[in-house]
Amino acid sequence: MSVFNAIGEEREIDRDEFTPEIEPQATWCPGCGDFGVLKALKQAMPEVGRNPEESLLVTGIGCSGKLSSYFRSYGFHSIHGRALPVARAAKMANPDLEVIAAGGDGDGYGIGGNHFMHTARENHDMTYIVFDNEIFGLTKGQTSPTSPKGHKSKTQPHGSAKSPIRPLSLGLTSGASYIARTAAVNPNQAKEILVEAMEHDGFAHVDFLTQCPTWNKDAKQYVPYIDIQDSDDYDFDIHDRREAAEMMYEAEDALYEGEVLTGRFYVDEDRPSYQEEKQATGDMPEEPLAERYFDDDYEWERSYDLLDRHK
Amino acid sequence: MTDDELIWRIAGGSGDGIDSTSQNFAKALMRSGLNVFTHRHYPSRIRGGHTYVEIRASDDPVKSRGDGYNFLLALGDSFARNPQEEAYYGNEEIKPLSENLDELREGGVIVYDAGLLDTDEIEDFDERVEENDWHVYDLDLRGLAKEHGREVMRNTAGVGATAALLDLDLEPIESLMEDAMSGDVLEANLTILHDAYESVDEDYEHTHDLRAPEGTVDEEQVLVSGSHGIAYGAIDEGCRFISGYPMTPWTDVFTIMTQHLSEFGGISEQVEDEIAAASLAIGASHAGAKAMSGSSGGGFALMSEPLGLAEMTETPVVLVESMRAGPSTGMPTKPEQGDLEHVLYTSQGDSNRVVFAPGDPAEAYEQTRKAFELAYDYQIPAIVLYDQKLSGGHQTVPEAVFDEEPNPDIGSVVTEEDLEEAAQEAGRFKRYMYDGEGGVSKRSLPGQKGGNYLASGNEHNEVGHISEDPDNRVIQMNRRMAKLDAIREELDENADHQPVYGPEDADYGILTFGSAKGVAEEAVDVLNDEGHSVKAMNVSDIMPFAKAEVTEFLESVDEALVVEMNATAQFRRHIQGQLGRFGEKLYSLLKYDGNPFEPAEVVDGFRTRIDGSGDISEYNVRIESATGD
Repeated sequence: MSVFNAIGEEREIDRDEFTPEIEPQATWCPGCGDFGVLKALKQAMPEVGRNPEESLLVTGIGCSGKLSSYFRSYGFHSIHGRALPVARAAKMANPDLEVIAAGGDGDGYGIGGNHFMHTARENHDMTYIVFDNEIFGLTKGQTSPTSPKGHKSKTQPHGSAKSPIRPLSLGLTSGASYIARTAAVNPNQAKEILVEAMEHDGFAHVDFLTQCPTWNKDAKQYVPYIDIQDSDDYDFDIHDRREAAEMMYEAEDALYEGEVLTGRFYVDEDRPSYQEEKQATGDMPEEPLAERYFDDDYEWERSYDLLDRHK
Repeated sequence: MTDDELIWRIAGGSGDGIDSTSQNFAKALMRSGLNVFTHRHYPSRIRGGHTYVEIRASDDPVKSRGDGYNFLLALGDSFARNPQEEAYYGNEEIKPLSENLDELREGGVIVYDAGLLDTDEIEDFDERVEENDWHVYDLDLRGLAKEHGREVMRNTAGVGATAALLDLDLEPIESLMEDAMSGDVLEANLTILHDAYESVDEDYEHTHDLRAPEGTVDEEQVLVSGSHGIAYGAIDEGCRFISGYPMTPWTDVFTIMTQHLSEFGGISEQVEDEIAAASLAIGASHAGAKAMSGSSGGGFALMSEPLGLAEMTETPVVLVESMRAGPSTGMPTKPEQGDLEHVLYTSQGDSNRVVFAPGDPAEAYEQTRKAFELAYDYQIPAIVLYDQKLSGGHQTVPEAVFDEEPNPDIGSVVTEEDLEEAAQEAGRFKRYMYDGEGGVSKRSLPGQKGGNYLASGNEHNEVGHISEDPDNRVIQMNRRMAKLDAIREELDENADHQPVYGPEDADYGILTFGSAKGVAEEAVDVLNDEGHSVKAMNVSDIMPFAKAEVTEFLESVDEALVVEMNATAQFRRHIQGQLGRFGEKLYSLLKYDGNPFEPAEVVDGFRTRIDGSGDISEYNVRIESATGD
């Protein structure tokens, strides 16, 4: 019998199963947008049909990194900016796992920016949630890569001279095959988008707007939001890369003018995932690598046969 | 060191095929029953730049590059025809000759490509030839090659000439060529080989006495590098995931693994940087695969944080560190042992890891296997530390060394029954609960029903929740730190990683770690032959340190010379730090010029320290005492 005995188990899954005995209030402030991510994720999991034990949630550091503490699944709380490299290798070693990576805007677009670019480029089959609150929270309110130009903080007392990162556009140019933005203030949309992201066969990038009531004083900084799929004002083809790029640009500019555009920005259903690409070239086994170590019938080959080249 | 040995040096420019030619020639010597050791010297450049490979062959064991050499094959540089030669390279085209004369032994043989090199450009060439009784053969190797094939085949012409001048049988060389190529290329090379052989036989009277030694080794041998040892050890230990970023000299291991891992159903990933590389290995291991990564100095520096993460989350992982001269990017293609403290102490907090430093390719194989075994049994990162010299240098190793059963065991993983029991007793699986066995707690793998937990780089309690509770902190720290003691106990029971070479009751000792092993052993032979009383110990168990064995060794001698390739005596300090004494007995012989030790340097270093009879003034080495007097 397989060791990974929770994988593929067919049963009714209740969202409460994803609640551990630990209270999120321990770290997150009252009114924090992070609660919205946690709630949306718990609601999305049963719809995707994934149980806690076949799910691996890998997080970075910061308030966002605590998601893995408050969400009951297999969790890996890694180091600042490094959730993606840990997550993608776990997925390669056992593709049957539902792998979700999460981090903040500093974690994901700053210190982990390089990994974001390359994980998107490779199109690993996983979901990446970036808690985007335009601030460093856990280190007490420093300017982040998505803070607006001119943002004043203890580390930028004269106002930031830097333009903010364009997260959606960055995801697109890097190669993410599913890109969406949602907001903690819109739990229904957030849940739907997370369901889609997890069901998407490729790298799904979700820029999740999370208000920070402590360091970005306006607790309702992402209200009112507009769902671009629900509005008649935005008509574009989400499968068209150029149209998607234009829409992203508009949304990224608008955000700093108080217009919060959310929804699906780009979906490429045709692009094979990295696992499929790699298996096609013979660089990755069809069976999950991790299972082999528990297969008593597997015949382990050894290096001895390679020695002919050295004689 | 033996009198009956050939040390053949082939010199030219990077890109001249020096490497492939020397590999084949070394194999041919091995096939004729000799022991072989190769040494690569090359610049950090793709084409051009002076490069050479030395092949030392003897019927006796060869454990180092030896002292100097006795046969030079000087090929024309590839950059002789570089359109920009004047602007950039000046007179580099004579380097294969001019750069190699200093170490050529008296009575040695020189064959040079007269089609490309001109001895007139070397001012004192004739005087030096006469002074040293060298035997010079000027052959138009390029012309010969061009006549039957292409001029790049001048390597083959050089090998043919070498064979003729050394009375070597051509058969092993031919059969290797037949293995490596086919069709017109093979035909042309064989013709050139024979042509060169015959023209030397006909046109030149052999004026020298040097002949290839007669080989009588009948054990099946293979010619492998330390990098092969590491890669093959990993494969046999069931490693099927490797992630890395290219960096010299670590790239050797990464390349060998990548070329073969898919044949073994494994995965190799070249990634964006070394932080990612180490993190991927951790992710794959966490999900249940046997995984490794690695780098060289600067790249390994980036792995500092993931290394600590592996320790804190108790994720097994093996990292390779192939040292090159530092600091910073240093000298990319030159060996040094200057990363010892970096590897021991990198990463924050009281972090622990296993560190092995194999001394030769056979040890590289065995200790990589042991590193995997310990990493997975104890859920701790293990590092295989070696250097550029062992990475690229090839050595004959008995084939039987690799004739070992595979070990796919991934250590303590809970079973379904364990998890059911845990659910009944405690309500949930306690991943980080102390079970009293060497600090190790059983782990579950993602996908196991009832085994879910949080692996965190933050301090955590027994179920994995992040915790700053003082009592929990002490329990968890003590549990993790207990692993090294348990590993030491296991090593003391089963392994003998610290071989002592020389007479047991010797008065003096030489201590080395890693690739300095062979050179010290050869120096011990020379010193004992001349009446000294000395033995050597090569220490591979760097962490947890082989305290008992090194203590016993140091107690048995009056004084010990610690031979290492760095400027600050890192290994000597490690010994003192680990043992807390022996400072008055320890002296260092240090070398950090980018070249590995030669036996004569160790011999003279020892003589200089012990009775003043040596002379180290002509070498780039330094002696210092541990007490600073």
